[in-house]
Amino acid sequence: MAKTEAPKPILGTSPLRKEGVAKVLGATRYIDDIALDGMLFGATVRASIARGRILDIQFEQKDDLGNPIDWSKFTIVTANDIPGENTIVHLTKDHPCLAAEFINHPEEPILLLAHREKAMLPAAVAAVKITYEEWPGVFTIEDSEAGIERAKAGDETGVIWRGHGHGGGNNTFKTYCMLKDQTEIPESVWAEAAYIVEGEYRTGAQEQLYIENNGVIAECVVADEAVQEVTVQGSMQCPFYLVHALELVFNLPADRCRVIQVETGGAFGGKEDFPSVIGSHAALLAMKSGRPVKMTYDRAEDMVATTKRHPSRTRHRTAVAKDGRLLAGEIEFVIDGGAYATLSPVVLSRGVIHSPGPYDWPYLRVDGRAVATNVAPHGAFRGFGAPQSIFAVERHMDKIAGVVGITPEEMRRRNFLKSGEKTATGQHLSDPVDLQGLLTRALREADYHRKREEFARTNVGAVVKRGIGFASFFHGSGFTGSGERRLNSLVEIELNAEGMPNILVSSTEFGQGTNTILCQVAAQTLKIPYDDVLIAQPDTYRVPNSGPTVASRTAMIVGKLVERAAEQLCVTLVGSGFLAEGYTGEEFKDGAKRYLAANGALKASVRYQAPADIFWDDEQYRGDAYPAYAWAVYVAEVAVDTRTYQATVTDFHALQEVGKVLHPKLAAGQIEGGVAQGIGYALYEKCVWQNGRMANNQMTNYIMPTSADLPPIHAHFEEVPSIHGPGGAKGIGELPMDGPAPAILNAIEQATGIAFGEIPLLPEDIFARMTGTDGAEKLNPDVMEPAIAAAVGEVGD
Amino acid sequence: MAGLAAVRFRVNGVERTVEAPPVKRLLDVLREDLQLTGTKEGCGEGECGSCAVLMNGELVNSCLVPVLQAEGAVVCTIEGVSVDGRLAPVQQCFLEEGGAQCGICTPGMILATHHLLEKYPQPTLLQIQEGLAGNLCRCTGYMRIFEAVRQASERGRD
Ligand code: FES
Ligand code: FES
Repeated sequence: MAKTEAPKPILGTSPLRKEGVAKVLGATRYIDDIALDGMLFGATVRASIARGRILDIQFEQKDDLGNPIDWSKFTIVTANDIPGENTIVHLTKDHPCLAAEFINHPEEPILLLAHREKAMLPAAVAAVKITYEEWPGVFTIEDSEAGIERAKAGDETGVIWRGHGHGGGNNTFKTYCMLKDQTEIPESVWAEAAYIVEGEYRTGAQEQLYIENNGVIAECVVADEAVQEVTVQGSMQCPFYLVHALELVFNLPADRCRVIQVETGGAFGGKEDFPSVIGSHAALLAMKSGRPVKMTYDRAEDMVATTKRHPSRTRHRTAVAKDGRLLAGEIEFVIDGGAYATLSPVVLSRGVIHSPGPYDWPYLRVDGRAVATNVAPHGAFRGFGAPQSIFAVERHMDKIAGVVGITPEEMRRRNFLKSGEKTATGQHLSDPVDLQGLLTRALREADYHRKREEFARTNVGAVVKRGIGFASFFHGSGFTGSGERRLNSLVEIELNAEGMPNILVSSTEFGQGTNTILCQVAAQTLKIPYDDVLIAQPDTYRVPNSGPTVASRTAMIVGKLVERAAEQLCVTLVGSGFLAEGYTGEEFKDGAKRYLAANGALKASVRYQAPADIFWDDEQYRGDAYPAYAWAVYVAEVAVDTRTYQATVTDFHALQEVGKVLHPKLAAGQIEGGVAQGIGYALYEKCVWQNGRMANNQMTNYIMPTSADLPPIHAHFEEVPSIHGPGGAKGIGELPMDGPAPAILNAIEQATGIAFGEIPLLPEDIFARMTGTDGAEKLNPDVMEPAIAAAVGEVGD
Repeated sequence: MAGLAAVRFRVNGVERTVEAPPVKRLLDVLREDLQLTGTKEGCGEGECGSCAVLMNGELVNSCLVPVLQAEGAVVCTIEGVSVDGRLAPVQQCFLEEGGAQCGICTPGMILATHHLLEKYPQPTLLQIQEGLAGNLCRCTGYMRIFEAVRQASERGRD
């Protein structure tokens, strides 16, 4: 007889993190905790100019202190040693693995060194003297645009990137035009609008600042003077990206390039594309030396040379009806991609699609552009273009509300997208969408109305000004457009000898909880205990390509594949008679073992199938941009001290609808961590640039929030099951990065009466605006509240 | 190489002697000479606290301590927190509350918590926030860590 007691559902509960015990014991082995026999240490010799040509390279016989350097003890790799193509491939091949002649950013790698003793490397790196012909650099979006303009007049000196046959053009990696309904905005709309509201918004670069720096260990098998096989293990998000990079650098087939992810100490996008660089470098040193080579960056090198969030500039021009309804919008969204294309086209795409916010625009045109500068390439960072364009639109909505004379809340309510309506790409929102309800609840949780009214009263004459503001937004789950179709992900579950299912995926754990949620999904589907499900270490010789661990896709897309694979495994075991319906966990293991005894092995494989009703047209840039969206309203409360000009977030409420929550504690942890990064993005984290180089590449002068800087962060969930993810889940990882910055600046506007349009917003920026020392119009003291007027007076005198 | 010094100190209850350059960082001595790799390097300049250990009961950033300074000292690293491989209450609470995500800050954070709870067995939120302000965590936003500390202080009470 089958037992009737069904196992308790594990989805929606918070079992212990799979790899958690080792982490709290300090027993987890990260890449820098691993040593191989005979291992050398590698280092990179980088450019010292932003743009130019290498003329000469000399190896000094003595270091800067006069000590002799024995170069025979060093392994030296140059571009000439590369057996395959000198490129780090992402979407194009413009990015050299090592600079052979031209320099395009100040941290361009030129030479690689390895030595038995790590301590010998810094002096040797400094003793490689390179002379250059230096050319004027292009450092900002405006420089880059000026270069394009001058080129039209025949002066090409400001052109640093030429299209490389990949659809870009001069200084332009990619452009997109998103035109709602493929219809241009009729002139009459502008002519008849009650208001035309314009605004410009800017966001700065942001360092991922994972606490574990980038690092890898490479090994290389060389026989008959040719590389036979390359193995790289390290800290990373996307093992198969690195496989692909190694294939080209070493001219090897994929099955000779083995990549293993070891436990990774944070990533946030910063270990999406960059491991292809450091991994290829270490592997070249391993090839040349015949030894394993470890390359780990120290903090300064990691900050100065690896990717950051793209700086952006967004311009809005909006036609608005008398009652605040949006009539038409023109949005120009530009991101600074740095010296090479890397992932910029995809970042741009996500930024463009998120630029209209969760609103219904009768007419909309968005022009997006990713431009080149002589700065180390910018790359993936949680949110991937969306935090930039959402910052702009959510500041702009508050601006329009002010112009029209309605509240920010009313402005949103009159324009929210609803179920059944179409997004700017023409995607029909068939899933339930309830932004009105989300806004109502978020404002209630934050006690918004009472506080807004109270602050308006108490701010008069106060030295510390308070404010409360919010942002409403959405974030698409999974790869943009036809991305998931192209990825064509594969997931497997095999049975181990004890009859326990082992999940085989290339999806990586770096703190978000991949291991835990995928095991929960399998356990629930197989109706066995969570502890009985295993997940394999991502090793490309052993796991299939389930796609990169990016784009809020792991829970929803990969999780769904795990669910289907588990179903298939179950059907096979039950169908073959080794397992009877209603089995217990123990019976599952017994049945599985008997199946294995009879059949040798069992592995269920499942490949991604695009939902039949999801369609994307790359040419027209229209269609279903994402299978599902997460929706959110975030409310920030701030205090601005008019003596120190420091803005502090004093309370934060984050409400989101992310489908069913698979693991409440992990989900809340994702939201809280993302909000903390968002607060840093808005108020603390500033990259200071000098001639294309980050000048403050230390934790002492690039400031991320500490435990003492953050407000209570309250994560709230509205759970509406989605058909796209396992157990009704949607993506969650990137969403919390989108909302904090605009919510905070909206709150600061209430506190100070100043409409700031740029982040990061540091005390010196607030000081400059409040005192008029930034060259902008000084506040009119007549309408200024007394305390600000006093502060201005003090500083001005 | 410059002269080596023999440094004697007590690590996790065991007398150790290492021969090392006197200015070698305690962090590197722990990781390289004693294979105690639970102590992590995040910045190398005293900002992140991932290298934090207890030295004579004080929380120190081992990246800033020349090993010679540890002569005669009593040092406790993350490896010395658990008892016979069993989680200490602080570790158990970090595990249960989601105080560890990527885990790289966790060893330092747990030692800082240990130190905090010695000082304030029932800390207020402000004491927790300030007590951990020298330990950066990029993953959690600290909220689950605060909760773990609160839970650990509760458990300490019974
Ligand atoms: S490594 Fe010692 S404080 Fe960061
Ligand atoms: S858990 Fe990743 S840095 Fe704290």
